[in-house]
Amino acid sequence: MPRSSTHRRGAALLAVAALGAFVLAGCGSKSSSDSGTGSADAGPCGTTADTTLTVGLFGTFGFKEAGLWDAYHQVCPNITIKEDVVEQSADYWTRLKTRLASGSGLDDVQAIEIGFVADVVQNHADQFVNWNTVPNATADKAEFYPWKWQLASTSDGATTVGLGTDIGPEAICYRSDLLKQAGLPSDPATLASKWSTWDDFIAFGKQYDASSTKPSGSHFVDSAASIFSTAVYQGDEAYDNADGQPDVENSDGVKNAWTYASQAAQDGITAGLAQFTPAWNKAFSSGAFAALACPTWMMGYIQGQAGDNYAGKWDIAPVLPGGATNWGGSWLGVPDKAAHKAAAIALVEWLSAKDQQVTMWKDGGHFPSNSDAAAAPAVATAKSDYFSNAPVGQIFGDISSQMKIPPIGLYDTQIQQALTTQLTNVETKGTSPDDAFSAALDAIKQVTG
Amino acid sequence: MTAVQQSDVIVRPRPARRTRTHLPGRRAAYGYILPFFLVFAAFSVYPWLDTAWVSLHDTRLSTYDQSSWIGLENYRNLLTNHFFWNAFRNTITIGIISTVPQLCMALGIAHLLNYRLRGRTFFRVAILMPYATSLAAATVIFAELFDPNLGLVNWALHTVHLPTVDWQGSKWPSQIAVSTIVTWRWTGYNALIYLAGMQTISTDLYEAAAMDGAGRWAQFRHVTLPGLRPTILFTIVVSTIGAAQLFGEPLLYHNGLPDGGTQGQYQTLGLLMYQQGWTNDRLGLASATAWTMFLIIVAAVGVNLWLSRRRERHERRPGGRRRHGVVTAGVPEVTAR
Repeated sequence: MPRSSTHRRGAALLAVAALGAFVLAGCGSKSSSDSGTGSADAGPCGTTADTTLTVGLFGTFGFKEAGLWDAYHQVCPNITIKEDVVEQSADYWTRLKTRLASGSGLDDVQAIEIGFVADVVQNHADQFVNWNTVPNATADKAEFYPWKWQLASTSDGATTVGLGTDIGPEAICYRSDLLKQAGLPSDPATLASKWSTWDDFIAFGKQYDASSTKPSGSHFVDSAASIFSTAVYQGDEAYDNADGQPDVENSDGVKNAWTYASQAAQDGITAGLAQFTPAWNKAFSSGAFAALACPTWMMGYIQGQAGDNYAGKWDIAPVLPGGATNWGGSWLGVPDKAAHKAAAIALVEWLSAKDQQVTMWKDGGHFPSNSDAAAAPAVATAKSDYFSNAPVGQIFGDISSQMKIPPIGLYDTQIQQALTTQLTNVETKGTSPDDAFSAALDAIKQVTG
Repeated sequence: MTAVQQSDVIVRPRPARRTRTHLPGRRAAYGYILPFFLVFAAFSVYPWLDTAWVSLHDTRLSTYDQSSWIGLENYRNLLTNHFFWNAFRNTITIGIISTVPQLCMALGIAHLLNYRLRGRTFFRVAILMPYATSLAAATVIFAELFDPNLGLVNWALHTVHLPTVDWQGSKWPSQIAVSTIVTWRWTGYNALIYLAGMQTISTDLYEAAAMDGAGRWAQFRHVTLPGLRPTILFTIVVSTIGAAQLFGEPLLYHNGLPDGGTQGQYQTLGLLMYQQGWTNDRLGLASATAWTMFLIIVAAVGVNLWLSRRRERHERRPGGRRRHGVVTAGVPEVTAR
């Protein structure tokens, strides 16, 4: 499922997400047996009538692939689920906006991505069911990481537009074979201690690029954008102030992230590849870079791009330079005008519950936003064969529990795109960081008006 | 002497029908074309007017019901905006780089295919194949060919020890690459239109010209070109409109991003409009761009027509060459009577 904060990401993740979901679904199709634990009388289903619920999604969310629709049909035999899928999240959002503006054509359940959740909260909160006022509100709220709940809520916390699906805690994924070849340490524990700050990370990268034994043409990190879009969310502010208004020029997150990213670019330790482009995709196996910032969903992406031949060559360090943060994630909301509101609420609550989120992790690689699910043994003790048997459940669970989340706003996607585009110019065209930054501000002004 | 009889000076009578003015028949004709105009009103006129209305507001899709009237502010914003002028210049330069070689090549190809070649049908079908290829497929392939690191073009340059070119990041190379896609796709289409135009030119003219010793080049210049003038005007107008609206190729050339390269080096007006409207969610500004583009296209087509009319008038004057070019220096005998 594309956890994207840029359009391109959403676009590029699709193919691989789809691929990954099929592969993973093939490995464990026992999901429907262990999820029918809830009581199966008509009440919890929201209706006793035969009902077809439409669920508006983008990309490959993975519910169907993980067998959850079939499982729900067993819990609630009168409910049939029909997906209404748009490939790219940007197109999905445009369509959702059109439907919200006209007040018609809305599905019973609408997915909301982190790239536009702030817009939904600020401009459309009254058009969605408020999860603070549903009958199970207290129980629902208790399930999630508090920040996950807050991102989908108005600043006073009174209105919440969706229940969380997954999150994207970040670590560093790296090619242990390339680091070894360069004569550098390659075990996760050592690297975790060497990569605790961005300065250390960049210094390590310089060692890699200076190595005479690394493959020629290989650089340490994939792109300056990868550093930037991670570090920016480690500030007290990212792109917006506490009111959710764009505040790029005064943001500590932007300032620090720009410094680190342009430093890395000028030091020449980045491969200069724009993320989610064909050239970047190829580099997962070609070895054009050795490391990148890696949210949970990136694991499936890497596996899809690098292929089975690179199993065991990729590894994950249990660290994120500069502190734990998140990249991506979605919610499910129920429009106030939904045709089957009660049934839709019941479905979303069921999907958000612990068991289903555990299934989504096991069968789709989507890390739970439900903190009980994240603590469940099936998640917490999970290891990844592909990533050198890394204890991914523990790594990402730890990072999730330390997560710091700055306020988000209406135009984060476009603002981040403008800044990372200009970082590409610093990397590949030798543009000075100051010129690039003012060009980015110029482009951002076109968005914010 | 058949040559004389078939020249269009003599053979084009049929005035009889014109004089028949049956009123009921006319009504029926209006009835027949009505469906088109209903569709036209719903899908062209209404959107035009609505776009004009939106362009006078500060509108975002997300807050559509809160649009506020701002008069011509969007237009002022646009015309004082370097993104607009960059896109405007790029549209013109890419338009020229793609259209001029394209139409010249199309004319040449059509001329060759007009001769009795062996396997003529095969060639005629073959030149149309690019046009039948989906734009997305073509652009993705070309983007791979022109990939600065892994592409075939740079590999070939490297192989013959020429410096490689940044077909993505540098301004002119990237514009040439985008123009190449356009040229590749549309040359065959235009060639076919030219070919159709050429086949309405009587072969007798060519035979007569050949008899007078005109070679293929002279025939092309003195028989084909003058006879094709209306067709050429049509293709120029259509290509101008197409160039002004260029969108899909530069969009897909940057992996579906509407920024036209990291420095907007091949962002066209169409891309800018899309970026403003759908990426930046500023529908008012995008609508202003749409109307500005419309006016630019109307102006460009107007200039085309004006130039050609002026030329026509010039040629109709006594002493000038006659319109259909039957009278030319190379083939004086044909028109002697």
